[in-house]
Amino acid sequence: MEKGTYRVKTGFADMFKGGVIMDVTTPEQAKIAEEAGAVAVMALERVPADIRAQGGVARMADPKKIKEIMDAVSIPVMAKVRIGHLAEARILEALGVDFIDESEVLTPADPFHHIDKWQFKVPFVCGCRDLGEAARRIAEGAAMIRTKGEAGTGNVIEAVRHMRLLNDQIKRLRGMDRAELVSYAKELGAPLEMLEMIREQGRLPVVNFAAGGIATPADAALMRMLGADGVFVGSGIFKSADPEKRARAIVLACTHYDDPELLAQVSEDLGEPMPGVEIDKIPQEELMQYR
Amino acid sequence: MKIGVLAVQGDVREHLRVLSRLGVEAVPVLKPSHLAGLAGIVLPGGESTAMWRLMRTTGLAEALKSQLDAGLPAFGTCAGMILLAKKITNWPETFFGLLDIAVERNATGRQVDSFEERLTVDGLGEVPAVFIRAPLVRRVGEGVEVLARWQGQPVLVRQGALLGASFHPELTGDDRIHAYFLEICTQTKPPQEAATRLNGEIAP
Repeated sequence: MEKGTYRVKTGFADMFKGGVIMDVTTPEQAKIAEEAGAVAVMALERVPADIRAQGGVARMADPKKIKEIMDAVSIPVMAKVRIGHLAEARILEALGVDFIDESEVLTPADPFHHIDKWQFKVPFVCGCRDLGEAARRIAEGAAMIRTKGEAGTGNVIEAVRHMRLLNDQIKRLRGMDRAELVSYAKELGAPLEMLEMIREQGRLPVVNFAAGGIATPADAALMRMLGADGVFVGSGIFKSADPEKRARAIVLACTHYDDPELLAQVSEDLGEPMPGVEIDKIPQEELMQYR
Repeated sequence: MKIGVLAVQGDVREHLRVLSRLGVEAVPVLKPSHLAGLAGIVLPGGESTAMWRLMRTTGLAEALKSQLDAGLPAFGTCAGMILLAKKITNWPETFFGLLDIAVERNATGRQVDSFEERLTVDGLGEVPAVFIRAPLVRRVGEGVEVLARWQGQPVLVRQGALLGASFHPELTGDDRIHAYFLEICTQTKPPQEAATRLNGEIAP
Protein backbone atom coordinates (compact mmCIF):
# COMPACT_ATOMS: atom_id res chain seq x y z
CA MET A 1 0.00 0.00 0.00
CA GLU A 2 1.52 3.28 -1.10
CA LYS A 3 0.09 6.59 0.09
CA GLY A 4 0.54 10.09 -1.28
CA THR A 5 1.74 9.05 -4.75
CA TYR A 6 1.47 11.52 -7.61
CA ARG A 7 -1.23 9.35 -9.19
CA VAL A 8 -3.25 9.42 -5.98
CA LYS A 9 -2.89 13.22 -5.87
CA THR A 10 -3.71 14.01 -9.51
CA GLY A 11 -6.38 11.30 -9.52
CA PHE A 12 -8.11 13.04 -6.62
CA ALA A 13 -8.08 16.31 -8.57
CA ASP A 14 -9.69 14.44 -11.50
CA MET A 15 -12.69 13.74 -9.24
CA PHE A 16 -13.41 17.49 -8.95
CA LYS A 17 -13.86 17.96 -12.68
CA GLY A 18 -17.03 19.64 -13.81
CA GLY A 19 -17.57 20.86 -10.27
CA VAL A 20 -17.57 23.97 -8.11
CA ILE A 21 -15.30 24.51 -5.10
CA MET A 22 -16.69 27.10 -2.71
CA ASP A 23 -15.01 29.34 -0.11
CA VAL A 24 -16.62 29.01 3.31
CA THR A 25 -15.84 30.60 6.66
CA THR A 26 -18.20 28.69 8.99
CA PRO A 27 -19.56 25.12 9.35
CA GLU A 28 -23.02 26.48 8.45
CA GLN A 29 -21.73 27.88 5.16
CA ALA A 30 -19.95 24.59 4.48
CA LYS A 31 -23.24 22.72 4.88
CA ILE A 32 -24.98 25.14 2.52
CA ALA A 33 -22.22 24.54 -0.03
CA GLU A 34 -22.45 20.73 0.30
CA GLU A 35 -26.23 20.82 0.03
CA ALA A 36 -25.98 22.98 -3.11
CA GLY A 37 -23.73 20.39 -4.77
CA ALA A 38 -20.20 21.76 -4.23
CA VAL A 39 -17.50 19.13 -4.90
CA ALA A 40 -15.32 20.57 -2.13
CA VAL A 41 -15.13 23.56 0.19
CA MET A 42 -12.22 25.89 0.91
CA ALA A 43 -12.06 26.61 4.64
CA LEU A 44 -11.07 30.22 5.29
CA GLU A 45 -11.04 32.80 8.05
CA ARG A 46 -12.15 35.58 5.70
CA VAL A 47 -13.26 35.47 2.05
CA PRO A 48 -11.00 37.35 -0.40
CA ALA A 49 -13.32 40.38 -0.62
CA ASP A 50 -12.95 40.90 3.15
CA ILE A 51 -9.20 40.30 3.05
CA ARG A 52 -9.01 42.98 0.37
CA ALA A 53 -11.19 45.39 2.33
CA GLN A 54 -9.55 44.86 5.73
CA GLY A 55 -5.93 44.74 4.59
CA GLY A 56 -3.13 43.56 6.90
CA VAL A 57 -1.35 40.21 6.75
CA ALA A 58 -3.62 37.36 5.72
CA ARG A 59 -2.55 33.96 7.13
CA MET A 60 -3.63 30.32 7.29
CA ALA A 61 -6.98 29.92 9.08
CA ASP A 62 -7.21 28.87 12.74
CA PRO A 63 -6.95 25.03 12.90
CA LYS A 64 -9.99 24.98 15.18
CA LYS A 65 -12.07 26.62 12.48
CA ILE A 66 -10.76 24.22 9.85
CA LYS A 67 -11.55 21.20 12.06
CA GLU A 68 -15.09 22.45 12.68
CA ILE A 69 -15.62 22.73 8.94
CA MET A 70 -14.10 19.27 8.35
CA ASP A 71 -16.49 17.83 10.92
CA ALA A 72 -19.49 19.55 9.39
CA VAL A 73 -19.35 18.11 5.86
CA SER A 74 -18.67 14.82 4.06
CA ILE A 75 -17.17 16.42 0.95
CA PRO A 76 -13.42 17.20 0.74
CA VAL A 77 -12.10 20.23 2.62
CA MET A 78 -9.31 22.40 1.23
CA ALA A 79 -7.45 25.17 3.04
CA LYS A 80 -5.01 27.90 2.05
CA VAL A 81 -1.41 28.48 3.05
CA ARG A 82 0.75 31.50 2.34
CA ILE A 83 3.07 31.10 -0.65
CA GLY A 84 6.24 29.34 0.55
CA HIS A 85 5.00 28.77 4.11
CA LEU A 86 6.25 25.24 4.78
CA ALA A 87 5.16 25.21 8.39
CA GLU A 88 1.56 26.24 7.67
CA ALA A 89 1.48 23.49 5.05
CA ARG A 90 2.78 20.88 7.53
CA ILE A 91 0.09 21.98 10.01
CA LEU A 92 -2.69 21.61 7.44
CA GLU A 93 -1.34 18.20 6.40
CA ALA A 94 -1.32 17.09 10.05
CA LEU A 95 -4.93 18.29 10.43
CA GLY A 96 -5.92 15.97 7.57
CA VAL A 97 -7.00 18.71 5.18
CA ASP A 98 -7.69 17.04 1.81
CA PHE A 99 -6.02 19.61 -0.48
CA ILE A 100 -3.79 22.63 0.18
CA ASP A 101 -4.09 25.81 -1.87
CA GLU A 102 -0.74 27.63 -1.90
CA SER A 103 -2.50 30.88 -2.52
CA GLU A 104 -1.76 34.44 -3.57
CA VAL A 105 -4.92 35.46 -1.72
CA LEU A 106 -2.94 35.20 1.51
CA THR A 107 0.12 37.37 2.15
CA PRO A 108 3.20 35.58 0.74
CA ALA A 109 5.65 34.21 3.33
CA ASP A 110 8.69 33.44 1.15
CA PRO A 111 9.97 36.10 -1.25
CA PHE A 112 12.11 33.57 -3.17
CA HIS A 113 10.45 30.16 -3.37
CA HIS A 114 7.21 28.30 -3.49
CA ILE A 115 6.81 25.15 -1.39
CA ASP A 116 8.54 21.98 -2.62
CA LYS A 117 5.28 20.11 -2.89
CA TRP A 118 6.88 16.74 -3.69
CA GLN A 119 7.79 16.48 0.01
CA PHE A 120 4.13 16.23 1.05
CA LYS A 121 1.54 13.43 1.05
CA VAL A 122 -1.29 15.94 0.79
CA PRO A 123 -1.89 17.31 -2.74
CA PHE A 124 -1.50 21.01 -3.61
CA VAL A 125 -3.29 23.35 -5.98
CA CYS A 126 -1.51 26.53 -7.10
CA GLY A 127 -2.53 29.61 -9.05
CA CYS A 128 -1.13 30.70 -12.41
CA ARG A 129 -1.41 33.66 -14.74
CA ASP A 130 0.20 31.98 -17.74
CA LEU A 131 1.88 28.84 -18.98
CA GLY A 132 5.23 29.68 -17.40
CA GLU A 133 3.74 29.91 -13.92
CA ALA A 134 1.64 26.79 -14.46
CA ALA A 135 4.68 24.78 -15.62
CA ARG A 136 6.81 25.95 -12.68
CA ARG A 137 4.13 25.06 -10.15
CA ILE A 138 3.60 21.61 -11.69
CA ALA A 139 7.38 21.07 -11.67
CA GLU A 140 7.34 21.90 -7.94
CA GLY A 141 4.76 19.14 -7.47
CA ALA A 142 1.36 20.85 -7.74
CA ALA A 143 -1.28 18.20 -8.50
CA MET A 144 -3.81 20.77 -9.72
CA ILE A 145 -3.67 24.26 -11.20
CA ARG A 146 -6.12 27.13 -11.14
CA THR A 147 -5.88 30.30 -13.13
CA LYS A 148 -5.59 33.16 -10.65
CA GLY A 149 -7.94 35.85 -11.88
CA GLU A 150 -8.20 38.65 -9.33
CA ALA A 151 -9.75 37.32 -6.14
CA GLY A 152 -12.38 39.25 -4.19
CA THR A 153 -13.34 41.57 -7.04
CA GLY A 154 -16.45 39.91 -8.46
CA ASN A 155 -14.94 40.89 -11.80
CA VAL A 156 -14.24 38.02 -14.17
CA ILE A 157 -11.92 39.83 -16.59
CA GLU A 158 -8.64 38.69 -15.02
CA ALA A 159 -9.81 35.07 -14.84
CA VAL A 160 -10.60 35.28 -18.55
CA ARG A 161 -7.27 36.97 -19.28
CA HIS A 162 -5.31 34.20 -17.56
CA MET A 163 -7.26 31.37 -19.15
CA ARG A 164 -6.99 32.90 -22.62
CA LEU A 165 -3.29 33.52 -22.20
CA LEU A 166 -2.72 29.94 -21.04
CA ASN A 167 -4.72 28.54 -23.97
CA ASP A 168 -2.91 30.72 -26.51
CA GLN A 169 0.49 29.74 -25.16
CA ILE A 170 -0.35 26.03 -25.24
CA LYS A 171 -1.56 26.48 -28.83
CA ARG A 172 1.73 28.18 -29.74
CA LEU A 173 3.72 25.30 -28.20
CA ARG A 174 2.13 22.84 -30.55
CA GLY A 175 3.69 24.42 -33.63
CA MET A 176 7.22 24.68 -32.22
CA ASP A 177 10.26 22.61 -33.10
CA ARG A 178 12.82 21.77 -30.43
CA ALA A 179 15.01 24.85 -30.97
CA GLU A 180 12.02 27.14 -30.66
CA LEU A 181 10.88 25.27 -27.58
CA VAL A 182 14.24 25.82 -25.89
CA SER A 183 14.04 29.60 -26.36
CA TYR A 184 10.38 29.61 -25.37
CA ALA A 185 11.20 27.73 -22.15
CA LYS A 186 13.74 30.45 -21.37
CA GLU A 187 11.24 33.21 -22.19
CA LEU A 188 8.57 31.67 -19.95
CA GLY A 189 11.00 30.63 -17.22
CA ALA A 190 9.56 27.13 -17.49
CA PRO A 191 11.28 23.73 -17.39
CA LEU A 192 11.86 22.42 -20.92
CA GLU A 193 10.75 18.84 -20.16
CA MET A 194 7.48 20.15 -18.73
CA LEU A 195 6.81 22.17 -21.89
CA GLU A 196 7.61 19.12 -24.01
CA MET A 197 5.07 17.10 -22.08
CA ILE A 198 2.44 19.83 -22.43
CA ARG A 199 3.17 20.06 -26.17
CA GLU A 200 2.63 16.28 -26.56
CA GLN A 201 -0.64 16.28 -24.61
CA GLY A 202 -1.92 19.59 -25.97
CA ARG A 203 -3.00 20.55 -22.44
CA LEU A 204 -1.68 20.85 -18.91
CA PRO A 205 -0.88 17.42 -17.41
CA VAL A 206 -3.08 18.19 -14.38
CA VAL A 207 -6.63 19.42 -13.81
CA ASN A 208 -7.05 23.17 -14.33
CA PHE A 209 -9.83 25.14 -12.66
CA ALA A 210 -10.62 28.84 -13.01
CA ALA A 211 -10.66 31.19 -10.03
CA GLY A 212 -10.70 34.85 -9.05
CA GLY A 213 -13.72 37.00 -9.80
CA ILE A 214 -16.41 34.44 -10.63
CA ALA A 215 -19.70 35.80 -9.27
CA THR A 216 -22.56 34.55 -11.46
CA PRO A 217 -23.70 31.33 -13.15
CA ALA A 218 -22.82 32.95 -16.47
CA ASP A 219 -19.28 33.65 -15.23
CA ALA A 220 -18.88 29.97 -14.32
CA ALA A 221 -20.22 28.90 -17.71
CA LEU A 222 -17.88 31.34 -19.48
CA MET A 223 -14.82 29.87 -17.77
CA ARG A 224 -15.94 26.35 -18.70
CA MET A 225 -16.44 27.47 -22.32
CA LEU A 226 -12.84 28.68 -22.27
CA GLY A 227 -11.67 25.24 -21.21
CA ALA A 228 -11.60 25.32 -17.39
CA ASP A 229 -12.26 21.88 -15.86
CA GLY A 230 -14.32 23.54 -13.12
CA VAL A 231 -14.40 26.69 -11.00
CA PHE A 232 -13.52 28.05 -7.60
CA VAL A 233 -15.99 30.58 -6.25
CA GLY A 234 -14.61 32.68 -3.43
CA SER A 235 -16.54 35.70 -2.28
CA GLY A 236 -19.13 35.28 -5.06
CA ILE A 237 -21.50 33.09 -3.10
CA PHE A 238 -21.51 34.21 0.54
CA LYS A 239 -21.17 37.90 -0.34
CA SER A 240 -24.34 37.72 -2.44
CA ALA A 241 -27.91 38.34 -1.29
CA ASP A 242 -29.12 34.72 -1.55
CA PRO A 243 -26.12 32.35 -1.16
CA GLU A 244 -28.12 29.09 -1.26
CA LYS A 245 -29.88 29.89 -4.48
CA ARG A 246 -26.77 31.34 -6.12
CA ALA A 247 -24.64 28.35 -5.08
CA ARG A 248 -27.11 25.90 -6.63
CA ALA A 249 -27.32 27.99 -9.80
CA ILE A 250 -23.53 28.17 -10.21
CA VAL A 251 -23.23 24.39 -9.73
CA LEU A 252 -25.81 23.78 -12.46
CA ALA A 253 -24.24 26.35 -14.78
CA CYS A 254 -20.81 24.76 -14.38
CA THR A 255 -22.12 21.39 -15.60
CA HIS A 256 -24.53 22.65 -18.28
CA TYR A 257 -22.33 25.45 -19.59
CA ASP A 258 -23.21 24.71 -23.21
CA ASP A 259 -26.99 24.73 -22.67
CA PRO A 260 -28.05 28.41 -22.95
CA GLU A 261 -31.70 27.72 -22.15
CA LEU A 262 -30.80 26.06 -18.89
CA LEU A 263 -28.34 28.87 -18.14
CA ALA A 264 -31.14 31.38 -18.65
CA GLN A 265 -33.38 29.44 -16.29
CA VAL A 266 -30.85 29.15 -13.49
CA SER A 267 -29.72 32.78 -13.82
CA GLU A 268 -33.23 34.05 -13.09
CA ASP A 269 -34.10 35.92 -9.91
CA LEU A 270 -30.96 35.21 -7.90
CA GLY A 271 -31.02 38.50 -6.00
CA GLU A 272 -28.07 40.87 -5.77
CA PRO A 273 -24.67 39.46 -6.70
CA MET A 274 -21.61 40.49 -4.68
CA PRO A 275 -20.55 44.09 -5.37
CA GLY A 276 -17.94 44.22 -8.12
CA VAL A 277 -14.72 46.21 -8.40
CA GLU A 278 -13.10 47.67 -11.52
CA ILE A 279 -9.59 46.23 -11.76
CA ASP A 280 -8.22 49.64 -12.91
CA LYS A 281 -9.42 51.20 -9.65
CA ILE A 282 -7.24 48.89 -7.56
CA PRO A 283 -3.73 50.21 -6.87
CA GLN A 284 -1.13 48.00 -8.57
CA GLU A 285 0.46 46.94 -5.25
CA GLU A 286 -2.88 45.65 -3.99
CA LEU A 287 -3.40 43.23 -6.87
CA MET A 288 -3.06 39.67 -5.60
CA GLN A 289 -2.30 38.00 -8.93
CA TYR A 290 1.30 39.30 -9.11
CA ARG A 291 2.27 37.60 -5.86
CA MET B 1 -22.13 -1.08 -28.91
CA LYS B 2 -22.84 2.29 -27.27
CA ILE B 3 -21.84 2.81 -23.64
CA GLY B 4 -22.70 5.97 -21.71
CA VAL B 5 -20.67 7.68 -19.03
CA LEU B 6 -22.65 9.77 -16.57
CA ALA B 7 -21.14 13.20 -17.22
CA VAL B 8 -22.65 15.63 -14.72
CA GLN B 9 -19.42 15.75 -12.71
CA GLY B 10 -16.31 13.68 -11.98
CA ASP B 11 -13.59 11.83 -13.89
CA VAL B 12 -15.71 11.37 -16.99
CA ARG B 13 -12.89 11.88 -19.51
CA GLU B 14 -10.83 9.04 -18.01
CA HIS B 15 -13.70 6.56 -18.40
CA LEU B 16 -14.52 7.74 -21.94
CA ARG B 17 -10.87 7.22 -22.86
CA VAL B 18 -10.77 3.64 -21.52
CA LEU B 19 -14.01 2.73 -23.29
CA SER B 20 -12.77 4.19 -26.58
CA ARG B 21 -9.55 2.18 -26.23
CA LEU B 22 -11.70 -0.93 -25.86
CA GLY B 23 -13.38 -0.15 -29.18
CA VAL B 24 -16.91 0.78 -28.12
CA GLU B 25 -18.77 4.01 -28.82
CA ALA B 26 -18.46 5.99 -25.57
CA VAL B 27 -20.85 8.89 -25.00
CA PRO B 28 -21.23 11.41 -22.17
CA VAL B 29 -24.67 11.39 -20.53
CA LEU B 30 -25.89 14.77 -19.28
CA LYS B 31 -29.64 14.61 -19.85
CA PRO B 32 -32.40 12.03 -20.19
CA SER B 33 -32.30 12.07 -23.99
CA HIS B 34 -28.68 10.87 -23.93
CA LEU B 35 -29.81 7.53 -22.46
CA ALA B 36 -31.40 6.31 -25.68
CA GLY B 37 -29.77 3.26 -27.22
CA LEU B 38 -27.23 2.57 -24.48
CA ALA B 39 -26.05 -0.98 -23.85
CA GLY B 40 -24.60 0.05 -20.49
CA ILE B 41 -23.61 3.04 -18.40
CA VAL B 42 -20.57 3.90 -16.29
CA LEU B 43 -21.06 6.02 -13.17
CA PRO B 44 -17.68 7.66 -12.62
CA GLY B 45 -15.79 8.87 -9.58
CA GLY B 46 -16.57 12.31 -8.21
CA GLU B 47 -18.72 13.57 -5.37
CA SER B 48 -21.86 11.45 -5.03
CA THR B 49 -23.80 14.26 -3.33
CA ALA B 50 -22.95 16.75 -6.12
CA MET B 51 -23.67 14.22 -8.86
CA TRP B 52 -27.06 13.34 -7.40
CA ARG B 53 -28.15 16.96 -7.00
CA LEU B 54 -27.14 17.65 -10.59
CA MET B 55 -29.05 14.58 -11.82
CA ARG B 56 -32.15 15.51 -9.86
CA THR B 57 -32.55 18.98 -11.35
CA THR B 58 -32.67 17.82 -14.96
CA GLY B 59 -34.82 14.71 -14.48
CA LEU B 60 -31.82 12.52 -15.30
CA ALA B 61 -32.01 10.76 -11.91
CA GLU B 62 -35.56 9.52 -12.57
CA ALA B 63 -34.91 8.62 -16.21
CA LEU B 64 -31.74 6.69 -15.42
CA LYS B 65 -33.43 5.00 -12.46
CA SER B 66 -36.14 3.59 -14.72
CA GLN B 67 -33.48 2.31 -17.15
CA LEU B 68 -31.54 0.68 -14.33
CA ASP B 69 -34.74 -0.85 -12.94
CA ALA B 70 -35.33 -2.33 -16.39
CA GLY B 71 -31.91 -3.95 -16.35
CA LEU B 72 -29.51 -1.51 -17.98
CA PRO B 73 -26.00 -2.72 -17.03
CA ALA B 74 -24.10 -0.23 -14.87
CA PHE B 75 -20.56 0.03 -13.55
CA GLY B 76 -20.01 2.42 -10.65
CA THR B 77 -16.52 3.39 -9.53
CA CYS B 78 -16.10 4.97 -6.09
CA ALA B 79 -18.84 7.66 -5.99
CA GLY B 80 -20.55 5.69 -8.76
CA MET B 81 -20.78 2.64 -6.53
CA ILE B 82 -22.27 4.80 -3.76
CA LEU B 83 -24.93 5.97 -6.23
CA LEU B 84 -25.85 2.33 -6.98
CA ALA B 85 -25.83 1.07 -3.36
CA LYS B 86 -28.99 0.07 -1.50
CA LYS B 87 -27.69 1.43 1.77
CA ILE B 88 -25.15 4.04 2.85
CA THR B 89 -24.12 3.45 6.45
CA ASN B 90 -23.02 7.03 7.22
CA TRP B 91 -25.30 9.18 5.08
CA PRO B 92 -29.06 9.80 5.43
CA GLU B 93 -29.91 9.47 1.73
CA THR B 94 -29.70 6.59 -0.69
CA PHE B 95 -29.51 7.30 -4.40
CA PHE B 96 -30.45 4.64 -6.99
CA GLY B 97 -30.63 2.00 -4.24
CA LEU B 98 -30.27 -1.06 -6.50
CA LEU B 99 -27.01 -2.85 -5.71
CA ASP B 100 -27.63 -4.90 -2.56
CA ILE B 101 -24.69 -3.67 -0.50
CA ALA B 102 -24.18 -1.34 2.44
CA VAL B 103 -21.33 1.09 1.77
CA GLU B 104 -19.55 3.47 4.05
CA ARG B 105 -18.57 6.76 2.39
CA ASN B 106 -14.95 7.92 2.76
CA ALA B 107 -14.23 4.72 4.68
CA THR B 108 -10.49 4.73 3.92
CA GLY B 109 -10.17 8.16 5.51
CA ARG B 110 -9.19 11.57 4.25
CA GLN B 111 -7.01 12.27 1.20
CA VAL B 112 -3.69 11.86 3.05
CA ASP B 113 -4.70 8.21 3.53
CA SER B 114 -5.59 7.60 -0.14
CA PHE B 115 -3.39 4.91 -1.66
CA GLU B 116 -2.36 2.64 -4.51
CA GLU B 117 -2.50 -1.12 -4.10
CA ARG B 118 -2.45 -4.29 -6.20
CA LEU B 119 -5.56 -6.44 -5.89
CA THR B 120 -6.32 -9.99 -6.90
CA VAL B 121 -9.51 -10.03 -8.93
CA ASP B 122 -11.45 -13.25 -9.58
CA GLY B 123 -10.81 -14.37 -13.13
CA LEU B 124 -8.45 -11.49 -13.94
CA GLY B 125 -5.49 -12.00 -11.62
CA GLU B 126 -3.52 -9.08 -10.21
CA VAL B 127 -4.86 -5.60 -11.02
CA PRO B 128 -3.49 -2.19 -9.99
CA ALA B 129 -5.97 -0.09 -8.00
CA VAL B 130 -6.17 3.52 -6.86
CA PHE B 131 -8.26 4.19 -3.74
CA ILE B 132 -9.22 7.84 -3.19
CA ARG B 133 -11.18 8.71 -0.04
CA ALA B 134 -12.72 5.40 -0.95
CA PRO B 135 -16.03 3.90 0.09
CA LEU B 136 -15.86 0.36 1.48
CA VAL B 137 -18.54 -2.31 1.26
CA ARG B 138 -19.51 -3.20 4.82
CA ARG B 139 -22.25 -5.76 4.00
CA VAL B 140 -23.22 -7.64 0.88
CA GLY B 141 -26.67 -9.12 0.27
CA GLU B 142 -27.37 -12.60 -1.08
CA GLY B 143 -26.81 -12.75 -4.79
CA VAL B 144 -23.92 -10.31 -4.62
CA GLU B 145 -20.67 -11.79 -5.83
CA VAL B 146 -17.43 -10.48 -4.31
CA LEU B 147 -14.77 -10.32 -7.04
CA ALA B 148 -11.97 -8.68 -5.06
CA ARG B 149 -11.17 -7.82 -1.47
CA TRP B 150 -8.78 -5.45 0.26
CA GLN B 151 -7.86 -6.24 3.86
CA GLY B 152 -10.79 -8.64 3.93
CA GLN B 153 -13.30 -6.00 2.79
CA PRO B 154 -15.13 -6.43 -0.52
CA VAL B 155 -13.97 -3.75 -3.00
CA LEU B 156 -15.27 -5.14 -6.31
CA VAL B 157 -18.77 -6.58 -6.33
CA ARG B 158 -21.25 -7.78 -8.91
CA GLN B 159 -24.97 -8.39 -8.76
CA GLY B 160 -26.34 -9.44 -12.14
CA ALA B 161 -25.65 -6.57 -14.55
CA LEU B 162 -24.48 -4.19 -11.80
CA LEU B 163 -20.79 -3.86 -11.04
CA GLY B 164 -19.35 -1.71 -8.26
CA ALA B 165 -15.75 -0.82 -7.38
CA SER B 166 -14.41 1.05 -4.36
CA PHE B 167 -11.41 2.06 -6.44
CA HIS B 168 -10.63 3.71 -9.79
CA PRO B 169 -9.60 1.28 -12.56
CA GLU B 170 -9.93 4.21 -15.00
CA LEU B 171 -6.83 5.87 -13.52
CA THR B 172 -4.35 3.04 -13.97
CA GLY B 173 -4.17 2.27 -17.71
CA ASP B 174 -5.19 -1.33 -16.99
CA ASP B 175 -8.48 -1.76 -18.86
CA ARG B 176 -9.38 -5.33 -17.85
CA ILE B 177 -12.16 -4.46 -15.40
CA HIS B 178 -13.82 -2.22 -17.99
CA ALA B 179 -13.47 -5.07 -20.51
CA TYR B 180 -15.18 -7.34 -17.98
CA PHE B 181 -18.02 -4.81 -17.70
CA LEU B 182 -18.37 -4.72 -21.50
CA GLU B 183 -18.78 -8.53 -21.42
CA ILE B 184 -21.64 -8.04 -18.97
CA CYS B 185 -23.18 -5.48 -21.36
CA THR B 186 -22.84 -7.85 -24.33
CA GLN B 187 -24.47 -10.69 -22.40
CA THR B 188 -27.34 -8.58 -21.09
CA LYS B 189 -30.46 -8.16 -23.21
CA PRO B 190 -31.01 -4.46 -23.93
CA PRO B 191 -33.69 -2.99 -21.69
CA GLN B 192 -36.20 -2.59 -24.54
CA GLU B 193 -39.25 -1.76 -22.52
CA ALA B 194 -37.64 1.09 -20.64
CA ALA B 195 -36.02 2.41 -23.82
CA THR B 196 -39.43 2.59 -25.50
CA ARG B 197 -40.97 4.29 -22.52
CA LEU B 198 -38.13 6.76 -22.45
CA ASN B 199 -38.53 7.59 -26.14
CA GLY B 200 -42.27 7.99 -25.71
CA GLU B 201 -42.36 10.12 -22.61
CA ILE B 202 -39.15 11.88 -21.88
CA ALA B 203 -36.90 12.15 -24.89
CA PRO B 204 -37.75 15.00 -27.28
